[in-house]
Amino acid sequence: MTTFTPSAASEVLDAVKWAVSEETPLEVVGHGSKRGVGRPVQTEHALDLSGLSGVTLYEPEELVLSAQAGTPLAEIEDLLERNGQQLAFEPMDCAALFGAEPGRGTIGGVLATNLAGPRRLKAGSARDHILGIDAVSGRGEIFKSGGRVVKNVTGYDLSKAMAGSWGTLAVVTALTFKVLPRAEEETTVAVRGLTDEQAATVMAAALGSSAEVSAAAHLPEGVVSTVDHGVLGGDAATLLRVEGFGPSVASRVELLKSLLADAPEIELLESQRSRTVWRDIRDCAPFADGTEKPVWRISVAPSAGHNVALAIRRQAPATAFYDWQGGLVWLRMEAEDEAEIVRDAVARSGGGHATLLRAPPAVRAAVPVFQPQPPALAALSARLRAEFDPKSVLNPGRMYRTGTDGMTL
Amino acid sequence: MSGLMMPKPSDATLRRRDEIVADMRVIVPGEGVVETEREMRAFETDGLTAYRQLPLVVVLPETTAQVARILKYCNERDIRVVPRGSGTSLSGGALPLEDAVLLVMSRFNRVLEIDYPNRAVVAQPGVTNLGISHAVEAEGFYYAPDPSSQIACSIGGNVAENSGGVHCLKYGLTANNVLGIEMVLMDGEIVRLGGKHLDAEGYDLLGVMTGSEGLLGVVTEVTVRILQKPETARAMLVGFPSSEAAGQCVADIIGAGIIPGGMEMMDRPAIRAAEDFVHAGYPLDVEALLIVELDGPQAEVDWLIERVSAIADKNGCTTSRISSSEAERASFWAGRKAAFPAVGRISPDYYCMDGTIPRKELPRVLAGMRALSEKYDLRVANVFHAGDGNLHPLILYDANKPGELEKAEEFGADILRLCVEVGGVLTGEHGVGVEKRDLMPEMFTEADLDQQMRVKCAFDPNHLLNPGKVFPQLRRCVELGRMHIHRGQVPFPDIPRF
Repeated sequence: MTTFTPSAASEVLDAVKWAVSEETPLEVVGHGSKRGVGRPVQTEHALDLSGLSGVTLYEPEELVLSAQAGTPLAEIEDLLERNGQQLAFEPMDCAALFGAEPGRGTIGGVLATNLAGPRRLKAGSARDHILGIDAVSGRGEIFKSGGRVVKNVTGYDLSKAMAGSWGTLAVVTALTFKVLPRAEEETTVAVRGLTDEQAATVMAAALGSSAEVSAAAHLPEGVVSTVDHGVLGGDAATLLRVEGFGPSVASRVELLKSLLADAPEIELLESQRSRTVWRDIRDCAPFADGTEKPVWRISVAPSAGHNVALAIRRQAPATAFYDWQGGLVWLRMEAEDEAEIVRDAVARSGGGHATLLRAPPAVRAAVPVFQPQPPALAALSARLRAEFDPKSVLNPGRMYRTGTDGMTL
Repeated sequence: MSGLMMPKPSDATLRRRDEIVADMRVIVPGEGVVETEREMRAFETDGLTAYRQLPLVVVLPETTAQVARILKYCNERDIRVVPRGSGTSLSGGALPLEDAVLLVMSRFNRVLEIDYPNRAVVAQPGVTNLGISHAVEAEGFYYAPDPSSQIACSIGGNVAENSGGVHCLKYGLTANNVLGIEMVLMDGEIVRLGGKHLDAEGYDLLGVMTGSEGLLGVVTEVTVRILQKPETARAMLVGFPSSEAAGQCVADIIGAGIIPGGMEMMDRPAIRAAEDFVHAGYPLDVEALLIVELDGPQAEVDWLIERVSAIADKNGCTTSRISSSEAERASFWAGRKAAFPAVGRISPDYYCMDGTIPRKELPRVLAGMRALSEKYDLRVANVFHAGDGNLHPLILYDANKPGELEKAEEFGADILRLCVEVGGVLTGEHGVGVEKRDLMPEMFTEADLDQQMRVKCAFDPNHLLNPGKVFPQLRRCVELGRMHIHRGQVPFPDIPRF
């Protein structure tokens, strides 16, 4: 087992070229903070990008930041915070879910995994903020895409293609992201005691109003006590976050309160309390239970989320909570992974996808971790992979098992 | 560009024209096939009117199944296909080819579903951009991206071009507002990407499709995000004695954490042309004019406008007006919105460019443009999406003067080279099309372009869909796929390891 630790893009190129010539696969890894996601990759060699680190350009007034792929996300978030800015898509920290050390993860991993947090609803995910990349393809060739300006339609957007590709197309060596101002103030309106179905209605009304809600989640009874050290108590909480300048937040909170005049109980979580709750939701803290019980991350239409969870729970013991106005269902299976039940419920809901984000390695090797695609789409994905990495040297099998056509994603 | 080289027409296809027309009539019965020269004239060009070409035949399908049959038919017979929405492309993206079927999507004109709880609209691709907003305005919603052609341009075309508009700094481009599509690949396979849910289960093919200029697939259905209209909007009109001061004002606004709904800049020639045309009350004694629009809740807008006003004062603005009514806000915008026709009044022809630059480079780029203007002896007026650095220089020329169009195009190419030189890009929102195709090597290496073309190969390995656009030189997929690294040739890398 050799782990290459390049500190320059040219060294990444050397390593990939060698792997191509040997037709030997590489596990591409940053900090390895999300190594527990996806099908277990068994390679003799690894390409560890954590030495390829450093912010290379940051111009707050241009809303742009460039960094080498192995730059710690924490370093970038610190730098941005000092300048009153942020990565608006709230990248998830998987540490709690996997019982690992928090605050790990690289900016390259943020793009490769595309796991956005609560603000996804309003601000998009990493794929919406990436402006440009430098990369080494699985062919052993350097290429770039995009640039450093926010408005650019010059050529295909290969930067977006890297989002959620889990390192299976190319090794991204440097990235440029759009960054945005941090909100000066935030307040979360918490409606208490709603059923999942009532919560879906309330969240839809809030998002359909002009209150510019930047996050909407529902924590059912039994889940509430797992966030922010249990200070919210035990009743279900439907959470609506309002962010912005002080006078604007105040006026929009009032708007929400009048919209929710019929709600049984409303409380306000200000500033730090709001931040803590949303960080816990972002990181799936409710299921940070020290176990390896299967956890599904399910993306469906917002109004379908609670029905998907209900359909699954009718057939298997599971615990759910909801982000993204109900469209992101976090589901912990209390016994088996039940992949067929989960995906059947997603299909019946009108479309979406379910990713088995946490499960023991044996389960992840046996069960499709990522949502299987219809044949025409799967074939297209496989062809795209082959155009970037024809010898399947980059993270082979991380996303999909070898198919009948011999293609591995 | 005037000497534009398009792919050599296929004699075999041209010879079979009658047969192809007849077969198209079988696939699309009724009025859906247009083949006389007189009727095809309406389709010979798009928004880049300097280029005209009659297609082989025009086909206007009505169903996804028809699109699939047409593409499969053409794929099997090596017939090229050029897709077209409303034909408003400013880069020649829908320019026909002599030997290609022009696939016009305008009969896909229905809004299929409005889903308020999920804030989504499902529409056929021929529905206009504004048509989507109109369909939902009674409930107070709208579709955010607003290219200036929004009254005519189609949502399918918006996906193909990743269209922007004046509000995209705050609300994003098409790519950030499209949730899903149905599309047909060149081999006739129908694929759905996304839907009302967020993000992709696998590769972000929706992200790749958006802005792919009709080279990867034909979009047959689009699902977009709709938003509740902002409670209110107010605009400021601020004049500066220099573009540097105006640029610094923009930087300071953003530095203060404010992302305006719109932030537009005009230079002196553009201000004068607009004022002469619509009498918007623009100051004529300034070098740069900013329109800053703030939208959102009343409390926020009132509060922010004070802050922006203070920032403008600090940067030495010489005029500053704040709209106090909808009518006044509209009047501030009237000149900017009429900038193109206004320039059209003072010159027989104009050529609109579309580079994007890092904002701080604006003074350098404007100075460079002045020098080029002298060199080419052609006037230029500038309108600028100041928030995101997207520059629209309008080059004034007279197409009736021999050589002047070529001169204008060379001037334009030099401007785009300058944009790339300062860290910008060739096109911010109009697309590469045929217009900027041959400038692609200014921005990309051969390896960069080869990798983009390989993506094309995954979708359309025979280069039949919209060939001659985007890529300066088409390379065969077999050739692109060839590996240059051979087994056992590369030594074990001498890099750090453990």
